[in-house]
Amino acid sequence: MTQAVTLHELTLHESLDLMRRGELTSAELTQAVLDRIVQVENQVQAYLTLAPEWAMDQARQADERRAHGDADGRTPLLGVPLAIKDVLCVEGLPCTCGSLILEEFVPPYSATAVERLRAAGCVILGKTNTDEFAMGSSTENSAYFTTHNPWNLARVPGGSSGGSAAAVASGMALGALGTDTGGSVRQPASLCGVVGLKPSYGRVSRYGLVAFASSLDQVGPLARTVRDAALLLSVIAGHDPRDSTSMPLPVPDYASALSSDGLSGIRIGMPREYFTPGMQMEVSDAVRAAIEVMRGLGAQVREVSLPHTDYSLPVYYLVAPAEASANLARYDGVRYGLRVDAPEGMWETYRQTRGAGFGREVKRRIMLGTYALSAGYYDAYYLKAQQVRTLIKADFDAAFREVDVIACPTAPTTAFKIGEKADDPLQMYLSDVFTLSCNLAGICGISLPCGFDGEGLPIGLQIMGPAFGEETILRVAHAYEQATEWHTYKPKIPADSELAQVPAD
Amino acid sequence: MKLTLAEVEHIAELARLSLADEEKARYQEQLSAILDYAERLQTLDTSSIPPTATVLPLRNVMRPDEPRDSMSREDVLANAPQVEADSFRVRAVMD
Repeated sequence: MTQAVTLHELTLHESLDLMRRGELTSAELTQAVLDRIVQVENQVQAYLTLAPEWAMDQARQADERRAHGDADGRTPLLGVPLAIKDVLCVEGLPCTCGSLILEEFVPPYSATAVERLRAAGCVILGKTNTDEFAMGSSTENSAYFTTHNPWNLARVPGGSSGGSAAAVASGMALGALGTDTGGSVRQPASLCGVVGLKPSYGRVSRYGLVAFASSLDQVGPLARTVRDAALLLSVIAGHDPRDSTSMPLPVPDYASALSSDGLSGIRIGMPREYFTPGMQMEVSDAVRAAIEVMRGLGAQVREVSLPHTDYSLPVYYLVAPAEASANLARYDGVRYGLRVDAPEGMWETYRQTRGAGFGREVKRRIMLGTYALSAGYYDAYYLKAQQVRTLIKADFDAAFREVDVIACPTAPTTAFKIGEKADDPLQMYLSDVFTLSCNLAGICGISLPCGFDGEGLPIGLQIMGPAFGEETILRVAHAYEQATEWHTYKPKIPADSELAQVPAD
Repeated sequence: MKLTLAEVEHIAELARLSLADEEKARYQEQLSAILDYAERLQTLDTSSIPPTATVLPLRNVMRPDEPRDSMSREDVLANAPQVEADSFRVRAVMD
Protein backbone atom coordinates (compact mmCIF):
# COMPACT_ATOMS: atom_id res chain seq x y z
CA MET A 1 0.00 0.00 0.00
CA THR A 2 1.16 3.54 -0.61
CA GLN A 3 0.24 6.21 1.85
CA ALA A 4 1.78 8.45 4.45
CA VAL A 5 0.61 6.69 7.61
CA THR A 6 3.11 4.71 9.59
CA LEU A 7 1.55 1.30 9.85
CA HIS A 8 2.72 0.53 13.38
CA GLU A 9 1.01 3.71 14.58
CA LEU A 10 -2.43 2.71 13.31
CA THR A 11 -5.11 2.11 15.86
CA LEU A 12 -6.72 -1.28 15.91
CA HIS A 13 -9.96 -0.06 14.34
CA GLU A 14 -8.15 1.97 11.68
CA SER A 15 -6.17 -1.11 10.67
CA LEU A 16 -9.36 -3.20 10.54
CA ASP A 17 -11.03 -0.60 8.30
CA LEU A 18 -8.06 -0.63 5.92
CA MET A 19 -7.96 -4.43 5.83
CA ARG A 20 -11.73 -4.65 5.22
CA ARG A 21 -11.38 -2.23 2.32
CA GLY A 22 -8.58 -4.32 0.88
CA GLU A 23 -6.04 -1.51 1.27
CA LEU A 24 -3.87 -3.32 3.78
CA THR A 25 -3.01 -6.95 4.48
CA SER A 26 -2.31 -8.48 7.85
CA ALA A 27 1.05 -9.64 6.50
CA GLU A 28 2.01 -6.02 5.68
CA LEU A 29 0.78 -4.78 9.03
CA THR A 30 2.40 -7.56 11.05
CA GLN A 31 5.68 -7.13 9.18
CA ALA A 32 5.58 -3.38 9.90
CA VAL A 33 5.09 -4.03 13.60
CA LEU A 34 7.89 -6.63 13.61
CA ASP A 35 10.13 -4.06 11.89
CA ARG A 36 9.22 -1.56 14.58
CA ILE A 37 10.15 -4.14 17.21
CA VAL A 38 13.58 -4.53 15.61
CA GLN A 39 13.91 -0.75 15.76
CA VAL A 40 12.95 -0.06 19.38
CA GLU A 41 12.75 -3.28 21.41
CA ASN A 42 16.39 -3.05 22.39
CA GLN A 43 15.68 0.26 24.10
CA VAL A 44 12.24 -0.51 25.55
CA GLN A 45 12.56 -4.26 26.34
CA ALA A 46 8.85 -4.98 26.45
CA TYR A 47 8.91 -8.63 25.33
CA LEU A 48 10.02 -11.75 27.18
CA THR A 49 9.25 -13.97 24.19
CA LEU A 50 8.86 -12.96 20.55
CA ALA A 51 7.42 -15.29 17.93
CA PRO A 52 8.03 -13.43 14.63
CA GLU A 53 7.78 -16.46 12.36
CA TRP A 54 4.62 -17.75 13.97
CA ALA A 55 3.20 -14.21 13.82
CA MET A 56 3.80 -14.03 10.07
CA ASP A 57 2.17 -17.46 9.61
CA GLN A 58 -0.88 -16.28 11.54
CA ALA A 59 -0.95 -13.07 9.47
CA ARG A 60 -0.85 -14.94 6.16
CA GLN A 61 -3.62 -17.25 7.40
CA ALA A 62 -5.68 -14.22 8.35
CA ASP A 63 -5.22 -12.77 4.87
CA GLU A 64 -6.32 -16.06 3.33
CA ARG A 65 -9.40 -16.17 5.51
CA ARG A 66 -10.27 -12.63 4.51
CA ALA A 67 -9.75 -13.46 0.83
CA HIS A 68 -12.29 -16.28 1.25
CA GLY A 69 -14.80 -13.90 2.76
CA ASP A 70 -14.42 -15.51 6.19
CA ALA A 71 -14.36 -12.30 8.17
CA ASP A 72 -16.06 -9.85 10.48
CA GLY A 73 -19.03 -11.77 11.84
CA ARG A 74 -17.03 -14.51 13.48
CA THR A 75 -13.60 -12.91 13.21
CA PRO A 76 -14.02 -9.27 14.25
CA LEU A 77 -10.28 -8.79 14.89
CA LEU A 78 -8.99 -10.63 11.81
CA GLY A 79 -5.32 -9.93 11.19
CA VAL A 80 -4.58 -7.52 14.06
CA PRO A 81 -1.20 -8.09 15.77
CA LEU A 82 -1.37 -8.16 19.57
CA ALA A 83 0.87 -8.86 22.56
CA ILE A 84 0.00 -11.05 25.54
CA LYS A 85 1.24 -10.54 29.09
CA ASP A 86 3.41 -13.43 30.16
CA VAL A 87 1.07 -14.59 32.93
CA LEU A 88 -1.52 -15.74 30.38
CA CYS A 89 -1.01 -19.13 28.77
CA VAL A 90 -0.54 -19.27 25.01
CA GLU A 91 -0.24 -22.89 23.93
CA GLY A 92 3.27 -23.63 22.72
CA LEU A 93 4.90 -20.36 23.84
CA PRO A 94 6.84 -20.18 27.13
CA CYS A 95 4.92 -18.73 30.06
CA THR A 96 7.50 -17.56 32.60
CA CYS A 97 5.34 -15.17 34.66
CA GLY A 98 8.55 -13.14 34.89
CA SER A 99 9.84 -15.80 37.30
CA LEU A 100 12.85 -18.11 37.30
CA ILE A 101 10.68 -20.84 38.76
CA LEU A 102 8.78 -21.06 35.43
CA GLU A 103 11.72 -20.34 33.12
CA GLU A 104 11.22 -23.61 31.23
CA PHE A 105 7.42 -23.82 31.40
CA VAL A 106 5.55 -24.20 28.09
CA PRO A 107 1.81 -24.46 28.71
CA PRO A 108 -0.08 -27.23 26.91
CA TYR A 109 -3.20 -25.07 26.48
CA SER A 110 -4.21 -21.43 26.03
CA ALA A 111 -6.09 -19.13 28.36
CA THR A 112 -9.73 -18.60 27.44
CA ALA A 113 -9.10 -14.89 26.76
CA VAL A 114 -6.27 -15.83 24.40
CA GLU A 115 -8.34 -18.55 22.74
CA ARG A 116 -11.11 -16.02 22.11
CA LEU A 117 -8.66 -13.56 20.55
CA ARG A 118 -7.30 -16.32 18.33
CA ALA A 119 -10.80 -17.33 17.31
CA ALA A 120 -11.52 -13.67 16.48
CA GLY A 121 -8.59 -13.73 14.07
CA CYS A 122 -5.85 -11.94 16.02
CA VAL A 123 -2.16 -12.39 15.33
CA ILE A 124 -0.12 -13.06 18.47
CA LEU A 125 3.33 -11.46 18.41
CA GLY A 126 4.72 -12.70 21.70
CA LYS A 127 4.64 -12.48 25.48
CA THR A 128 5.30 -9.28 27.38
CA ASN A 129 7.35 -8.56 30.46
CA THR A 130 5.74 -8.44 33.87
CA ASP A 131 6.69 -8.15 37.49
CA GLU A 132 7.18 -11.68 38.79
CA PHE A 133 3.74 -13.33 39.08
CA ALA A 134 2.27 -9.85 38.44
CA MET A 135 3.46 -8.65 41.86
CA GLY A 136 4.72 -5.13 41.42
CA SER A 137 4.13 -1.72 39.94
CA SER A 138 7.19 -1.16 37.75
CA THR A 139 8.33 -4.43 36.05
CA GLU A 140 11.47 -4.12 38.19
CA ASN A 141 10.41 -7.36 39.89
CA SER A 142 10.74 -9.31 36.64
CA ALA A 143 13.44 -11.95 37.08
CA TYR A 144 14.66 -11.19 33.56
CA PHE A 145 14.93 -7.43 32.99
CA THR A 146 13.15 -4.14 33.58
CA THR A 147 11.05 -2.66 30.80
CA HIS A 148 11.74 1.00 30.01
CA ASN A 149 9.09 3.67 29.65
CA PRO A 150 8.90 4.68 25.96
CA TRP A 151 8.41 8.33 26.98
CA ASN A 152 11.63 8.37 28.98
CA LEU A 153 13.86 5.33 28.99
CA ALA A 154 15.21 6.08 32.47
CA ARG A 155 11.71 5.71 33.92
CA VAL A 156 9.60 2.67 34.75
CA PRO A 157 6.64 1.77 32.52
CA GLY A 158 4.53 0.94 35.58
CA GLY A 159 3.41 -2.56 36.33
CA SER A 160 2.79 -5.23 36.53
CA SER A 161 1.55 -5.19 32.89
CA GLY A 162 4.42 -2.81 32.04
CA GLY A 163 5.58 -4.83 29.04
CA SER A 164 2.12 -4.75 27.47
CA ALA A 165 1.70 -1.01 28.12
CA ALA A 166 5.16 -0.16 26.78
CA ALA A 167 4.63 -2.35 23.69
CA VAL A 168 1.35 -0.59 22.86
CA ALA A 169 2.78 2.88 23.55
CA SER A 170 5.85 2.30 21.37
CA GLY A 171 4.10 0.78 18.34
CA MET A 172 5.31 -2.77 19.05
CA ALA A 173 1.72 -4.07 19.15
CA LEU A 174 -1.63 -2.56 18.20
CA GLY A 175 -3.13 -3.77 21.46
CA ALA A 176 -2.36 -6.14 24.27
CA LEU A 177 -3.76 -8.16 27.11
CA GLY A 178 -2.72 -7.42 30.65
CA THR A 179 -3.99 -8.49 34.03
CA ASP A 180 -5.10 -6.30 36.90
CA THR A 181 -5.14 -7.45 40.52
CA GLY A 182 -4.66 -4.04 42.17
CA GLY A 183 -4.08 -1.71 39.22
CA SER A 184 -1.72 -3.71 37.02
CA VAL A 185 -3.49 -2.76 33.76
CA ARG A 186 -4.55 0.79 34.63
CA GLN A 187 -1.38 2.05 36.35
CA PRO A 188 1.02 1.08 33.52
CA ALA A 189 -1.51 2.41 30.99
CA SER A 190 -1.40 5.70 32.87
CA LEU A 191 2.41 5.80 33.06
CA CYS A 192 2.80 4.89 29.37
CA GLY A 193 0.05 7.16 27.99
CA VAL A 194 -2.28 4.45 26.67
CA VAL A 195 -5.77 3.15 27.48
CA GLY A 196 -6.12 0.27 29.95
CA LEU A 197 -9.34 -1.29 31.19
CA LYS A 198 -9.93 -3.50 34.22
CA PRO A 199 -13.20 -5.32 33.72
CA SER A 200 -15.56 -6.10 36.59
CA TYR A 201 -14.66 -9.23 38.51
CA GLY A 202 -16.37 -12.09 36.66
CA ARG A 203 -16.55 -10.31 33.29
CA VAL A 204 -13.56 -12.12 31.71
CA SER A 205 -12.62 -15.75 32.33
CA ARG A 206 -9.50 -16.33 34.41
CA TYR A 207 -8.95 -19.82 32.96
CA GLY A 208 -5.34 -20.06 31.83
CA LEU A 209 -4.33 -16.97 33.78
CA VAL A 210 -1.65 -18.00 36.25
CA ALA A 211 -3.33 -17.18 39.54
CA PHE A 212 -2.00 -14.45 41.83
CA ALA A 213 -4.98 -13.39 44.00
CA SER A 214 -8.02 -15.28 42.82
CA SER A 215 -10.70 -12.98 44.25
CA LEU A 216 -9.10 -9.92 42.63
CA ASP A 217 -7.45 -10.98 39.34
CA GLN A 218 -9.00 -9.89 36.04
CA VAL A 219 -7.75 -9.95 32.46
CA GLY A 220 -8.04 -6.60 30.68
CA PRO A 221 -7.13 -4.93 27.38
CA LEU A 222 -4.51 -2.24 26.72
CA ALA A 223 -4.84 -0.19 23.55
CA ARG A 224 -4.26 3.25 22.06
CA THR A 225 -7.89 4.35 21.99
CA VAL A 226 -11.03 3.71 23.99
CA ARG A 227 -12.69 2.22 20.92
CA ASP A 228 -9.85 -0.27 20.55
CA ALA A 229 -10.18 -1.29 24.20
CA ALA A 230 -13.92 -1.76 23.63
CA LEU A 231 -13.28 -3.97 20.59
CA LEU A 232 -10.90 -6.17 22.57
CA LEU A 233 -13.20 -6.38 25.59
CA SER A 234 -16.15 -7.49 23.46
CA VAL A 235 -14.08 -10.45 22.29
CA ILE A 236 -12.56 -11.59 25.58
CA ALA A 237 -15.58 -11.03 27.85
CA GLY A 238 -18.23 -13.59 28.67
CA HIS A 239 -19.07 -16.69 30.61
CA ASP A 240 -16.69 -19.63 30.54
CA PRO A 241 -17.68 -22.96 32.04
CA ARG A 242 -14.02 -23.49 32.91
CA ASP A 243 -14.05 -20.52 35.33
CA SER A 244 -16.79 -20.86 37.93
CA THR A 245 -16.28 -17.18 38.87
CA SER A 246 -17.10 -15.92 35.38
CA MET A 247 -20.60 -14.48 35.34
CA PRO A 248 -23.25 -16.01 33.08
CA LEU A 249 -24.29 -12.66 31.62
CA PRO A 250 -24.65 -11.62 27.97
CA VAL A 251 -21.81 -9.54 26.49
CA PRO A 252 -22.82 -6.25 24.89
CA ASP A 253 -21.11 -5.00 21.73
CA TYR A 254 -19.03 -2.47 23.64
CA ALA A 255 -17.77 -0.62 20.57
CA SER A 256 -21.25 0.05 19.26
CA ALA A 257 -22.25 1.41 22.68
CA LEU A 258 -19.82 4.30 22.18
CA SER A 259 -21.85 7.30 21.11
CA SER A 260 -20.93 10.76 19.97
CA ASP A 261 -23.80 12.32 21.87
CA GLY A 262 -21.70 14.00 24.54
CA LEU A 263 -22.30 13.36 28.20
CA SER A 264 -25.66 14.92 28.95
CA GLY A 265 -27.45 12.94 31.61
CA ILE A 266 -24.21 11.45 32.94
CA ARG A 267 -23.47 12.10 36.61
CA ILE A 268 -19.77 12.10 37.48
CA GLY A 269 -18.56 11.80 41.06
CA MET A 270 -15.23 13.22 42.24
CA PRO A 271 -14.19 11.33 45.38
CA ARG A 272 -12.70 13.85 47.78
CA GLU A 273 -10.38 11.19 49.22
CA TYR A 274 -8.68 10.81 45.81
CA PHE A 275 -7.43 14.38 45.58
CA THR A 276 -4.92 14.41 48.41
CA PRO A 277 -2.18 16.90 49.22
CA GLY A 278 0.50 14.22 48.91
CA MET A 279 0.02 13.64 45.21
CA GLN A 280 1.89 15.25 42.33
CA MET A 281 0.23 18.63 41.70
CA GLU A 282 0.42 18.31 37.92
CA VAL A 283 -1.53 15.04 38.16
CA SER A 284 -4.37 16.47 40.22
CA ASP A 285 -4.47 19.61 38.03
CA ALA A 286 -4.69 17.55 34.83
CA VAL A 287 -7.42 15.32 36.23
CA ARG A 288 -9.43 18.30 37.48
CA ALA A 289 -9.09 19.90 34.03
CA ALA A 290 -10.29 16.64 32.43
CA ILE A 291 -13.34 16.64 34.67
CA GLU A 292 -14.06 20.22 33.55
CA VAL A 293 -13.91 19.04 29.93
CA MET A 294 -16.49 16.38 30.76
CA ARG A 295 -18.66 18.97 32.46
CA GLY A 296 -18.39 20.99 29.24
CA LEU A 297 -19.67 17.93 27.36
CA GLY A 298 -22.83 18.00 29.43
CA ALA A 299 -21.99 15.85 32.44
CA GLN A 300 -23.11 16.82 35.93
CA VAL A 301 -20.18 16.77 38.33
CA ARG A 302 -20.51 16.43 42.07
CA GLU A 303 -18.27 15.52 44.96
CA VAL A 304 -18.71 12.08 46.48
CA SER A 305 -17.08 10.41 49.44
CA LEU A 306 -15.48 7.00 49.71
CA PRO A 307 -14.72 7.22 53.42
CA HIS A 308 -12.78 3.96 53.76
CA THR A 309 -10.28 4.80 51.02
CA ASP A 310 -7.41 5.05 53.53
CA TYR A 311 -7.94 1.42 54.47
CA SER A 312 -7.80 -0.01 50.97
CA LEU A 313 -4.02 -0.28 50.88
CA PRO A 314 -3.67 -2.29 54.12
CA VAL A 315 -6.69 -4.43 53.17
CA TYR A 316 -5.20 -5.16 49.76
CA TYR A 317 -1.77 -5.98 51.18
CA LEU A 318 -3.30 -8.57 53.49
CA VAL A 319 -5.90 -10.10 51.15
CA ALA A 320 -3.75 -10.30 48.00
CA PRO A 321 -0.65 -11.83 49.67
CA ALA A 322 -2.85 -14.27 51.61
CA GLU A 323 -4.40 -15.54 48.38
CA ALA A 324 -1.00 -15.49 46.68
CA SER A 325 0.61 -17.58 49.42
CA ALA A 326 -2.03 -20.25 48.83
CA ASN A 327 -1.89 -20.04 45.02
CA LEU A 328 1.90 -20.20 44.89
CA ALA A 329 2.03 -23.30 47.07
CA ARG A 330 1.75 -25.29 43.82
CA TYR A 331 5.35 -24.47 42.84
CA ASP A 332 7.04 -27.42 44.47
CA GLY A 333 9.23 -28.68 41.64
CA VAL A 334 7.14 -31.79 40.94
CA ARG A 335 4.75 -31.19 38.03
CA TYR A 336 6.39 -28.20 36.36
CA GLY A 337 8.99 -25.54 36.90
CA LEU A 338 12.35 -25.41 38.59
CA ARG A 339 13.47 -28.17 40.94
CA VAL A 340 16.48 -27.96 43.21
CA ASP A 341 17.15 -31.43 44.56
CA ALA A 342 18.49 -31.39 48.09
CA PRO A 343 20.29 -34.40 49.55
CA GLU A 344 18.34 -33.97 52.79
CA GLY A 345 15.10 -35.13 51.10
CA MET A 346 11.62 -33.98 50.23
CA TRP A 347 11.07 -31.03 52.57
CA GLU A 348 14.44 -29.50 51.91
CA THR A 349 13.88 -30.00 48.17
CA TYR A 350 10.68 -27.96 48.46
CA ARG A 351 12.38 -25.24 50.51
CA GLN A 352 15.35 -24.90 48.21
CA THR A 353 13.28 -25.07 45.02
CA ARG A 354 11.08 -22.23 46.25
CA GLY A 355 13.94 -20.31 47.83
CA ALA A 356 15.88 -20.35 44.56
CA GLY A 357 12.95 -19.98 42.16
CA PHE A 358 11.09 -17.03 43.67
CA GLY A 359 12.40 -13.46 43.72
CA ARG A 360 12.38 -10.94 46.56
CA GLU A 361 8.93 -9.46 46.19
CA VAL A 362 7.24 -12.81 45.66
CA LYS A 363 8.90 -14.25 48.77
CA ARG A 364 7.96 -11.11 50.70
CA ARG A 365 4.31 -11.54 49.76
CA ILE A 366 4.28 -15.27 50.41
CA MET A 367 5.72 -14.53 53.86
CA LEU A 368 3.20 -11.76 54.53
CA GLY A 369 0.28 -13.87 53.33
CA THR A 370 1.40 -16.93 55.25
CA TYR A 371 1.63 -14.82 58.40
CA ALA A 372 -1.81 -13.27 57.86
CA LEU A 373 -3.33 -16.75 57.49
CA SER A 374 -1.40 -18.43 60.29
CA ALA A 375 -2.90 -19.70 63.52
CA GLY A 376 -3.38 -16.88 66.01
CA TYR A 377 -3.24 -14.12 63.41
CA TYR A 378 -6.01 -15.11 61.00
CA ASP A 379 -8.72 -13.11 62.81
CA ALA A 380 -6.59 -10.05 63.45
CA TYR A 381 -5.32 -9.74 59.89
CA TYR A 382 -7.07 -11.79 57.22
CA LEU A 383 -10.59 -11.82 58.62
CA LYS A 384 -10.31 -8.17 59.64
CA ALA A 385 -9.17 -7.25 56.13
CA GLN A 386 -12.09 -9.15 54.58
CA GLN A 387 -14.50 -7.28 56.87
CA VAL A 388 -13.04 -3.90 55.94
CA ARG A 389 -13.27 -5.00 52.32
CA THR A 390 -17.04 -5.16 52.86
CA LEU A 391 -16.98 -1.52 54.02
CA ILE A 392 -14.93 -0.45 50.99
CA LYS A 393 -17.40 -2.15 48.67
CA ALA A 394 -20.30 -0.51 50.51
CA ASP A 395 -18.69 2.92 49.95
CA PHE A 396 -18.82 2.32 46.20
CA ASP A 397 -22.37 0.94 46.33
CA ALA A 398 -23.46 4.13 48.08
CA ALA A 399 -21.57 6.39 45.67
CA PHE A 400 -23.07 4.66 42.62
CA ARG A 401 -26.55 5.39 43.95
CA GLU A 402 -25.70 9.08 43.47
CA VAL A 403 -23.52 9.07 40.36
CA ASP A 404 -23.00 6.97 37.22
CA VAL A 405 -19.21 7.00 37.22
CA ILE A 406 -16.36 8.12 39.46
CA ALA A 407 -13.50 10.18 37.98
CA CYS A 408 -10.12 10.45 39.66
CA PRO A 409 -6.40 10.05 38.98
CA THR A 410 -5.16 6.58 38.03
CA ALA A 411 -1.85 6.96 39.86
CA PRO A 412 -0.62 9.62 42.30
CA THR A 413 2.47 10.40 40.18
CA THR A 414 3.75 10.09 36.65
CA ALA A 415 6.41 7.47 35.82
CA PHE A 416 9.10 7.32 38.49
CA LYS A 417 12.77 6.58 37.93
CA ILE A 418 14.01 3.04 37.55
CA GLY A 419 15.47 2.08 40.93
CA GLU A 420 13.78 4.91 42.83
CA LYS A 421 11.40 2.72 44.85
CA ALA A 422 12.91 -0.69 44.27
CA ASP A 423 14.05 -1.19 47.88
CA ASP A 424 11.07 0.35 49.61
CA PRO A 425 8.02 -1.92 49.32
CA LEU A 426 5.63 0.46 51.07
CA GLN A 427 6.51 3.36 48.76
CA MET A 428 6.08 1.06 45.77
CA TYR A 429 2.71 -0.16 47.07
CA LEU A 430 1.53 3.46 47.32
CA SER A 431 1.68 3.82 43.52
CA ASP A 432 -1.46 1.64 43.43
CA VAL A 433 -3.32 3.63 46.08
CA PHE A 434 -5.99 4.89 43.63
CA THR A 435 -6.51 1.61 41.78
CA LEU A 436 -6.70 -1.12 44.46
CA SER A 437 -10.17 -0.29 45.77
CA CYS A 438 -11.69 -1.07 42.37
CA ASN A 439 -10.41 -4.66 42.59
CA LEU A 440 -11.47 -5.05 46.22
CA ALA A 441 -14.99 -3.91 45.29
CA GLY A 442 -15.07 -5.98 42.08
CA ILE A 443 -16.09 -2.99 39.95
CA CYS A 444 -14.69 -1.83 36.59
CA GLY A 445 -12.26 0.98 35.79
CA ILE A 446 -10.49 2.46 32.79
CA SER A 447 -7.41 4.66 32.55
CA LEU A 448 -6.87 6.99 29.60
CA PRO A 449 -4.43 9.79 28.82
CA CYS A 450 -5.37 13.27 30.08
CA GLY A 451 -2.17 15.29 29.86
CA PHE A 452 1.56 15.43 30.44
CA ASP A 453 3.68 16.71 33.29
CA GLY A 454 6.48 19.25 32.94
CA GLU A 455 8.89 16.50 31.93
CA GLY A 456 6.69 15.22 29.14
CA LEU A 457 5.47 12.15 31.05
CA PRO A 458 1.86 11.05 30.52
CA ILE A 459 -0.86 11.50 33.12
CA GLY A 460 -3.82 9.10 33.40
CA LEU A 461 -7.48 9.79 34.13
CA GLN A 462 -9.32 6.93 35.81
CA ILE A 463 -13.05 6.42 35.33
CA MET A 464 -14.65 3.78 37.52
CA GLY A 465 -18.12 2.35 37.15
CA PRO A 466 -20.28 -0.15 39.03
CA ALA A 467 -19.93 -3.90 38.52
CA PHE A 468 -20.76 -4.74 34.89
CA GLY A 469 -20.98 -1.03 34.05
CA GLU A 470 -18.32 -1.27 31.32
CA GLU A 471 -20.59 0.31 28.69
CA THR A 472 -20.92 3.45 30.75
CA ILE A 473 -17.24 3.93 31.57
CA LEU A 474 -16.35 3.28 27.93
CA ARG A 475 -18.93 5.81 26.77
CA VAL A 476 -17.65 8.48 29.17
CA ALA A 477 -13.99 7.75 28.36
CA HIS A 478 -14.69 7.82 24.63
CA ALA A 479 -16.49 11.17 24.85
CA TYR A 480 -13.55 12.68 26.76
CA GLU A 481 -11.03 11.17 24.36
CA GLN A 482 -12.86 12.50 21.31
CA ALA A 483 -12.92 15.99 22.82
CA THR A 484 -9.16 16.02 23.48
CA GLU A 485 -5.96 15.19 21.64
CA TRP A 486 -3.89 13.50 24.33
CA HIS A 487 -4.23 10.06 22.76
CA THR A 488 -2.71 11.29 19.50
CA TYR A 489 0.73 12.03 20.96
CA LYS A 490 3.44 9.43 20.41
CA PRO A 491 6.69 8.97 22.32
CA LYS A 492 9.91 9.68 20.45
CA ILE A 493 12.17 6.76 21.20
CA PRO A 494 15.84 7.41 20.52
CA ALA A 495 17.47 4.98 18.11
CA ASP A 496 19.72 2.42 19.71
CA SER A 497 22.76 4.23 18.36
CA GLU A 498 21.71 7.47 20.06
CA LEU A 499 21.22 5.87 23.46
CA ALA A 500 24.71 6.71 24.67
CA GLN A 501 23.82 10.37 24.29
CA VAL A 502 20.67 10.25 26.40
CA PRO A 503 21.39 12.29 29.51
CA ALA A 504 21.08 10.45 32.79
CA ASP A 505 17.68 11.24 34.29
CA MET B 1 5.06 -4.30 66.29
CA LYS B 2 8.35 -5.88 65.44
CA LEU B 3 8.52 -9.49 64.32
CA THR B 4 11.24 -11.54 65.95
CA LEU B 5 13.76 -13.48 63.93
CA ALA B 6 12.21 -16.68 65.30
CA GLU B 7 8.80 -15.58 63.96
CA VAL B 8 10.30 -14.89 60.54
CA GLU B 9 11.88 -18.34 60.55
CA HIS B 10 8.58 -19.91 61.60
CA ILE B 11 6.70 -18.20 58.74
CA ALA B 12 9.39 -19.28 56.27
CA GLU B 13 9.01 -22.83 57.52
CA LEU B 14 5.23 -22.74 57.08
CA ALA B 15 5.73 -21.43 53.53
CA ARG B 16 8.51 -23.95 52.76
CA LEU B 17 10.92 -21.19 51.75
CA SER B 18 14.62 -21.44 52.38
CA LEU B 19 15.91 -17.96 53.15
CA ALA B 20 19.47 -16.69 53.50
CA ASP B 21 20.28 -14.91 56.79
CA GLU B 22 20.42 -11.62 54.95
CA GLU B 23 16.90 -12.24 53.56
CA LYS B 24 15.56 -13.10 57.01
CA ALA B 25 16.89 -9.83 58.39
CA ARG B 26 15.41 -7.87 55.49
CA TYR B 27 11.99 -9.49 55.77
CA GLN B 28 12.04 -8.98 59.53
CA GLU B 29 12.31 -5.22 58.94
CA GLN B 30 10.00 -4.98 55.94
CA LEU B 31 7.22 -7.26 57.17
CA SER B 32 7.23 -5.41 60.49
CA ALA B 33 6.83 -2.08 58.67
CA ILE B 34 3.99 -3.43 56.52
CA LEU B 35 2.20 -4.95 59.52
CA ASP B 36 2.59 -1.65 61.40
CA TYR B 37 0.93 0.06 58.47
CA ALA B 38 -1.88 -2.51 58.59
CA GLU B 39 -2.49 -1.71 62.26
CA ARG B 40 -4.75 1.12 61.15
CA LEU B 41 -7.41 -1.50 60.38
CA GLN B 42 -7.71 -2.17 64.11
CA THR B 43 -9.17 1.32 64.62
CA LEU B 44 -12.36 0.25 62.80
CA ASP B 45 -15.12 -1.54 64.66
CA THR B 46 -16.08 -4.41 62.38
CA SER B 47 -17.79 -6.62 64.96
CA SER B 48 -21.06 -6.60 63.00
CA ILE B 49 -19.56 -6.57 59.49
CA PRO B 50 -19.57 -9.81 57.47
CA PRO B 51 -16.33 -10.59 55.60
CA THR B 52 -16.22 -10.34 51.79
CA ALA B 53 -14.46 -13.36 50.33
CA THR B 54 -15.97 -12.86 46.88
CA VAL B 55 -17.85 -9.95 45.38
CA LEU B 56 -19.99 -12.17 43.15
CA PRO B 57 -23.54 -13.25 43.93
CA LEU B 58 -22.69 -16.77 42.72
CA ARG B 59 -22.66 -19.70 45.15
CA ASN B 60 -21.94 -23.36 44.48
CA VAL B 61 -21.64 -23.24 40.70
CA MET B 62 -22.48 -26.70 39.38
CA ARG B 63 -22.03 -28.35 36.02
CA PRO B 64 -23.30 -31.65 34.65
CA ASP B 65 -21.02 -34.55 35.57
CA GLU B 66 -20.15 -35.67 32.07
CA PRO B 67 -17.01 -37.58 31.13
CA ARG B 68 -14.71 -35.75 28.74
CA ASP B 69 -11.33 -36.38 27.19
CA SER B 70 -8.41 -35.31 29.31
CA MET B 71 -4.94 -34.18 28.36
CA SER B 72 -2.55 -36.84 27.13
CA ARG B 73 -0.05 -38.25 29.60
CA GLU B 74 2.73 -36.98 27.38
CA ASP B 75 1.42 -33.40 27.54
CA VAL B 76 0.93 -33.62 31.28
CA LEU B 77 4.48 -34.83 31.85
CA ALA B 78 6.09 -32.53 29.30
CA ASN B 79 6.87 -29.80 31.84
CA ALA B 80 7.89 -32.05 34.72
CA PRO B 81 11.45 -31.48 35.93
CA GLN B 82 11.89 -35.22 36.53
CA VAL B 83 9.94 -38.11 35.00
CA GLU B 84 10.29 -41.80 35.68
CA ALA B 85 8.14 -44.74 34.54
CA ASP B 86 5.72 -42.38 32.80
CA SER B 87 5.10 -40.59 36.10
CA PHE B 88 6.22 -37.52 38.05
CA ARG B 89 9.31 -38.42 40.01
CA VAL B 90 9.04 -37.25 43.62
CA ARG B 91 11.35 -37.49 46.58
CA ALA B 92 10.68 -40.21 49.13
CA VAL B 93 7.95 -39.09 51.50
CA MET B 94 8.96 -41.53 54.23
CA ASP B 95 12.37 -42.94 55.05
